[in-house]
Amino acid sequence: MSTEVEHYLSLNEVSIAYDSKQVLSGISFSLQRGEIGCLLGPSGCGKTSLLRAIGGFEPLSGGRITLNNEVISQMQYTLAPEQRQIGMVFQDYALFPHLTVIENVKFGLHGLSQSESDTRSLYLLEQIGLMDKKAVMPHELSGGEQQRVALARALAPQPKLLLLDEPFSNLDVELRESLGEQVRALLKQTQTTAIMVTHDQHEAFAMADSIGVLNDGALLQWDSAYAIYHQPINAFVADFVGQGVMLNGEMVSTTEVQTTLGCFERKSIAATIDNIQPGDRVKVLIRPDDIIHQDSSELTAKVVARHFRGAEFLYHLELDNHERVLALVPSHHDHAINEKIGIRLEIDHVVVFK
Amino acid sequence: MVYFKRFSIWQLFLVLMSLPTTLALVGVLTAWLDIDLAVFGHLFEFVIPNAVLNTLGLVLCVAIVTSLIAVISAWLTTVCDFPGRAFFSWALILPMAIPGYVMAFALVGALEYTGSFQTYLRESISSSLILPDVYSFGGVVLALSLTLYPYTYLLVRNAFQTQGKQSLEVGQSLGLSVRQSFWRVSLPQARPWIVGGSLLVMMETLADFGTVAVFNYDTLTTTIYKSWFSLFSFQSALQIASLLLLFVIVVSLLERQSRHKQRFTNARNAVQARSRILLPSLQAYLACAFCGVIFFIGFLLPIGQLLLWAIPHLSSGLTDQFWRYMLGSFSLSLLAMTIITAFALLLAFAARTQNSYLANWSVKISTLGYALPGTVLAVGLLAPIAAIDHYLARLGFAAPILQGSIVVMLLAYSVRFMAVAFSPIENNLLRVTPSIDAASRSLSVSGLSMLWRVHFPMIRVGVLTAMVLVFVDVMKELPITLMTRPFGFNTLAVRIYELSSEGLWQRAALPALAIVLVGLIPVVILILRADKVQQ
Repeated sequence: MSTEVEHYLSLNEVSIAYDSKQVLSGISFSLQRGEIGCLLGPSGCGKTSLLRAIGGFEPLSGGRITLNNEVISQMQYTLAPEQRQIGMVFQDYALFPHLTVIENVKFGLHGLSQSESDTRSLYLLEQIGLMDKKAVMPHELSGGEQQRVALARALAPQPKLLLLDEPFSNLDVELRESLGEQVRALLKQTQTTAIMVTHDQHEAFAMADSIGVLNDGALLQWDSAYAIYHQPINAFVADFVGQGVMLNGEMVSTTEVQTTLGCFERKSIAATIDNIQPGDRVKVLIRPDDIIHQDSSELTAKVVARHFRGAEFLYHLELDNHERVLALVPSHHDHAINEKIGIRLEIDHVVVFK
Repeated sequence: MVYFKRFSIWQLFLVLMSLPTTLALVGVLTAWLDIDLAVFGHLFEFVIPNAVLNTLGLVLCVAIVTSLIAVISAWLTTVCDFPGRAFFSWALILPMAIPGYVMAFALVGALEYTGSFQTYLRESISSSLILPDVYSFGGVVLALSLTLYPYTYLLVRNAFQTQGKQSLEVGQSLGLSVRQSFWRVSLPQARPWIVGGSLLVMMETLADFGTVAVFNYDTLTTTIYKSWFSLFSFQSALQIASLLLLFVIVVSLLERQSRHKQRFTNARNAVQARSRILLPSLQAYLACAFCGVIFFIGFLLPIGQLLLWAIPHLSSGLTDQFWRYMLGSFSLSLLAMTIITAFALLLAFAARTQNSYLANWSVKISTLGYALPGTVLAVGLLAPIAAIDHYLARLGFAAPILQGSIVVMLLAYSVRFMAVAFSPIENNLLRVTPSIDAASRSLSVSGLSMLWRVHFPMIRVGVLTAMVLVFVDVMKELPITLMTRPFGFNTLAVRIYELSSEGLWQRAALPALAIVLVGLIPVVILILRADKVQQ
């Protein structure tokens, strides 16, 4: 049963309903030991409910969750959270306000001697760089420090799985990135399997080995960050992850598509549209980085809007047939609105939707 | 199999918690299973009509008088400014500390013809000066109103504080004078609070036993007591109790409804010191005099009278007997406090972690008892307890086992004061975010261990508040203690009742002072907290 071992955590057709209202349905994915997964989606898509279900705080209305070859949730059965050995880091950190930092970290250590739990908690405090704050009360810490204590507390009992619910959402942007890297390094070092929930794609890209995009209670795609961005499975994923526009196109053969910007050979993985026929009208995903500004190009487009981003401009360009595309252009190319500029396409992955 | 798994020990606990209140209510309803025609005919012809009229008249008059006192003094101390305002603002809460049965005999003692205050007036002002007879309907209304108006005062003061001055200014900006704005804007806006406070006062008046007993004024509560302890007809007592219960249900339903209308506006608009209306000198004197008179007869006079009685006999008053009553009161209050607070804590925790219909209902039912008058509760609980004793006797136990034991008394206290302990604990618990629970459970700490290690340290203030409130309430409680105590068991409250009903007011003064002193603790806490909120 080698496949069973590989799938350390697996969700099989998981559904959740509150008072007969379906919140999530048919969710399936799996993680290998030590992998970091991420559930990405807009607010209200059900990603937090899914995380809580894995943690044992929501019962399933269908499907099954197994962890390390043990069924922990299925219909009519929910192993209590306190028996799951699944650590959790909360959006509001949920540190115990009446305990010091080290007491918080020690809280979940059961059945260890005093010196063993001291060693373990001090080791984690050292890992998160808060040795000097061990006797401090949580309210005296900054947001980032509280977040790290919450992480150390969840990791202390060496959980089988770690769940992180929007762990960086209460921090400012700069801190998010550096902390994200630290957290990933710590998880990899401790070989912790983890699942994070976020609505921020940059967090997802920075942390995760695999990303699942959710919308409206369904898991749309479960893939690597690269595939999610470059080979989105449908228009929602394409739109939610990264920027881009859809151009109208027409299939000239089963693998070639004609657009106003030219003819492309499609290498897309999108299985759902494999039955596409020549002559079908389709949508073609164009990312801002697919369009290169080149003054000498014959192909031109009119600037209709521009956003200065420091190193680059994001231009909204109008093509001759009034379709619009986005282009990221180094910021020394300063073009005025209504100016016509030359563009060139450089598309590695042509993504086509029906 | 799944079904049994879901029925946890906590659910059993929730069911058990709602049992005593249910028992008491069912007990009252059993009154009509068996009608003792001889006694009931007599009661219905000669006693009940009078008691009902007396009760309703009293409730109505006390509600009117307390609203008047409360609205005027709240308006003066929040929106206006005059010499002594800051002092009266909190001092007017103090009469709350004096239980009605103490207020009653202290006022009678001071204000009757041969009483200390009236004698003093005759000697110092004019020998022909005679106050209206205090031993009258007016006296009952006065005594009850003075202990109860702080309920309305606190609510209305809060309402005026948050919207008083602003509503006044809105009125003025629309061309109304201050007086017109008060009548047409401020007062209508504060009405939900006035009504809410008055309904609370009405419930307390319906429940009152000790105050009316001092005046020999027959109401439904005293009739319940008399028909049981003088006519020895427990069944009639139950029947009268069910009648009283009917009134209580009506008033408490109205009270519940009125609470929905009480919405505070933004506290940032609270009345600031500099924006108060500075009263011109004549009005300022009148305002000062009004608050002064209320404070004087509501607090200084009764306390002074008690001291006047107690001090000369201090050495003879502090007998072994006195300390025995003191010990009785303290140990009983401590015991009840411990049990009730512990159960309230468990109830709040169970309701939080179970979060089900059963939990909601259990909380609703088990905290219902605060609305039930002690007399109703005592007879209501005794009916099923007697039935249980009957059953045990048939099984061969030496009866009575439960009747006349401290168990019945504690059960009655728990029904009456569960809400008192529950609400501060629940308030504190609501401030603990759900993710704290989830964090604890994900670290394998759940159930009672979570309550002890996580929640308890975070809600200590609420638990402490609950303990103080229950302790003081049990200490002051009269009818339940009087009607359910084991034979020969005495507390300060019972002793005060016995002495004052025999007219031995001088000897009742020392125990009364002890009770007032204990009663001051929560009032002082309340005042300090209100001050903190204001700042």
